[in-house]
Amino acid sequence: MFTAEMLESIKKVEATRAERIGMEPRRMTAEEKDELLRKFHPDYRQEGFQELKIGPNKGEKVPYELGTLLHSNSRIKDVPIDLNHVDYDVDVLVIGGGGAGSSAAIEAHEAGANVMMVTKLRIGDANTMMAEGGIQAADKENDSPQQHYLDAFGGGHFAARPELLRRLVMEAPDAIKWLNELGVMFDKDKDGRMVTTHGGGTSRKRMHACKDYSGAEIMRVLRDEVWNRQIPIADFTAAVELIKDDKGQTAGAVLKDMETGVYKVARAKTVIIATGGAGRLHYQNFPTSNHYGATADGLVMGYRAGAPLLYQDTIQYHPTGVAYPAQIFGALVTEKVRSLGAMLINAEGEAFMHPLETRDVSAASIIRECTERGKGVPTPTGYGIWLDTPMIEMIHGEGTIEKRIPAMLRMYLNYDIDMRKQPILIYPTLHYQNGGLEIGGAGFTKAIPNLLVAGEAVGGIHGRNRLMGNSLLDIIVFGRNAGKAAAAKCREVELGTMNLDHIQEYAGELAKADLHTGEVSPMLLPNYTFGMPK
Amino acid sequence: MQEMVNVYFYGKQYSVPAELTIMTAMEYAGYKLVRGCGCRHGFCGACATIYRIKGNNELKTCLACQTQVQEGMYVATLPFFPTDKRNYNISEAEAKQKIMMELYPEIRSTLFPYTTLFRSPQSLSVMQYIAYAQRGDFEKCAEESFDCIGCGICTSRCPAGISHPMVGVLARRLTGKYIAPKSEHLAQRVEAINSGEFDSLIEQVMQKPVEELKELYNNRDIEK
Repeated sequence: MFTAEMLESIKKVEATRAERIGMEPRRMTAEEKDELLRKFHPDYRQEGFQELKIGPNKGEKVPYELGTLLHSNSRIKDVPIDLNHVDYDVDVLVIGGGGAGSSAAIEAHEAGANVMMVTKLRIGDANTMMAEGGIQAADKENDSPQQHYLDAFGGGHFAARPELLRRLVMEAPDAIKWLNELGVMFDKDKDGRMVTTHGGGTSRKRMHACKDYSGAEIMRVLRDEVWNRQIPIADFTAAVELIKDDKGQTAGAVLKDMETGVYKVARAKTVIIATGGAGRLHYQNFPTSNHYGATADGLVMGYRAGAPLLYQDTIQYHPTGVAYPAQIFGALVTEKVRSLGAMLINAEGEAFMHPLETRDVSAASIIRECTERGKGVPTPTGYGIWLDTPMIEMIHGEGTIEKRIPAMLRMYLNYDIDMRKQPILIYPTLHYQNGGLEIGGAGFTKAIPNLLVAGEAVGGIHGRNRLMGNSLLDIIVFGRNAGKAAAAKCREVELGTMNLDHIQEYAGELAKADLHTGEVSPMLLPNYTFGMPK
Repeated sequence: MQEMVNVYFYGKQYSVPAELTIMTAMEYAGYKLVRGCGCRHGFCGACATIYRIKGNNELKTCLACQTQVQEGMYVATLPFFPTDKRNYNISEAEAKQKIMMELYPEIRSTLFPYTTLFRSPQSLSVMQYIAYAQRGDFEKCAEESFDCIGCGICTSRCPAGISHPMVGVLARRLTGKYIAPKSEHLAQRVEAINSGEFDSLIEQVMQKPVEELKELYNNRDIEK
């Protein structure tokens, strides 16, 4: 339930609602956007970052919390690990149980490789499961892969790696077809045409969805398929470091049972890092829309083994996280709410921006409204901006919210807020790491020839900002590609003698740089006990 | 002063702030969760939980991440329940009643009035979607079960031993693959890409200097 002060502000939102129907706020010019981002986007707050002192990206900027993990020693630096005792011996080791890891495992299995998955929680405990809005693909007559490329390239500030973005847009329709043929229930009309909408920054309506359970529906199907194929899954088992060999290749990973603490050795001819994002590092104290295990483990393991990062300093803050009530603070409110017509409204009832600017611009604009302009609505945790959801029912008819965004409706009804009748309060939430480990067009890291990366752990697919619907897409496109590429590669890989020398070498570098964080990494799970921040 | 309530995790009493969820209250009490915690936002089904309020015999079910604590709440989490998934090959499956009855014959059992046994945290009519599956009406079963997050609460309370989430996912996959109308425009676009129709067009865009791309991007027409 809203406070009295919030209810007063709602009256101002209601007063302007009728005149806002059918009106489209002006979009910002390129110059306005640049200035807004410089002044208000968290990526430009210097105190949120530190300089990397060691490793392949030495001298570059990194989010402070990630920097601390990269400046920390391995959790197994002083643990004796017997590499002669191999517990699992496979062609392809997939680290991560989300959409990218599952897609990779299915394709590697399809190609005949002996593949296994390890995941520190369960298969499906992943940001994929929580992606709500949709997945992009240029499959309509008025659209094309090159148009999709232009939208994503511009939205990412012209920084995407062309060879990666090309793969993303060219293989997008096939990704949708693959998912559909696995049984994913996309929203379609009675003739089979995909129901597609806009996302922030798209120039064509190419957002495919499964209501607002898009990621959950995809993940449920991929998981069921992994199970059907009986691909081995070591769950509640975290990879804690890569194993290398004397030829500079990776040779698998050291695993840790999350419940018993027992360490195990997985030998593999190829390794796919599909460990996802970093929201649970709570950069700049932001709440996050991410799942419990999003702690950048793959970035830490890869970096320690010598693989460079790319765009590790660019983070996506989703403009519409829950600002109120506190119990769901930071949870995602899908962009689809704005795709369906809900506007962003300040405390005075004014539509202060176009609701479908790109995510970085929208987040910065909301932060400006709540800070410099002083037009945010006070909440127990800070400020919020109204997302005027009743507009959806006025534009598309009663029942639209229940049919198209049932998860959102349910989430708020749990706290006695009916978004069909009242607007909701939102504020940016830490959502996505645009950067990650650098890969080439074929999916392999450049530093380690049999190490692949897929999904959110990759840097460079999207540049310095990502459009809605391009990450569900990238986990499928790059996950599938990694699975196929790893299965082909493992036929030519001859492993040498396994070792963990890089852990001691990294420790030497840390000592030389006089870095003593008092932490070990990767983090594996955040520490929320005894009232620590969420 | 922060309002506090008394809750009981596995029978042991803790005093916790009243605004917390069951999950954050456990963490406040000092639990570092490994099982029973996934997305923390109600989408993954990891945190199925059962509880009773002291003095009330009704056994309630919920998701720990989506439920606020109450005074006198006796809580036991249900981080795993042995669900019985049967394997099949989706490519060779047929969307006919037969497959459901072969894989999950137990759904033939008399349907119990589940509503008296538990409340689905997603408010699903579990009995209704199983009834549709029984009849081989997969499309309706898919629609009715669509919001399932697989928390397994239904399975844990079912006297007939049915693994409902597995029945639902089978019905949905059969619906998505075989029953829903085919997307012709999608098949055509995939074919066009595979035949190389877009190769030179994408190359052209990729080769353009950034200044030209900025011009194109900032002036591109946006579909209404």
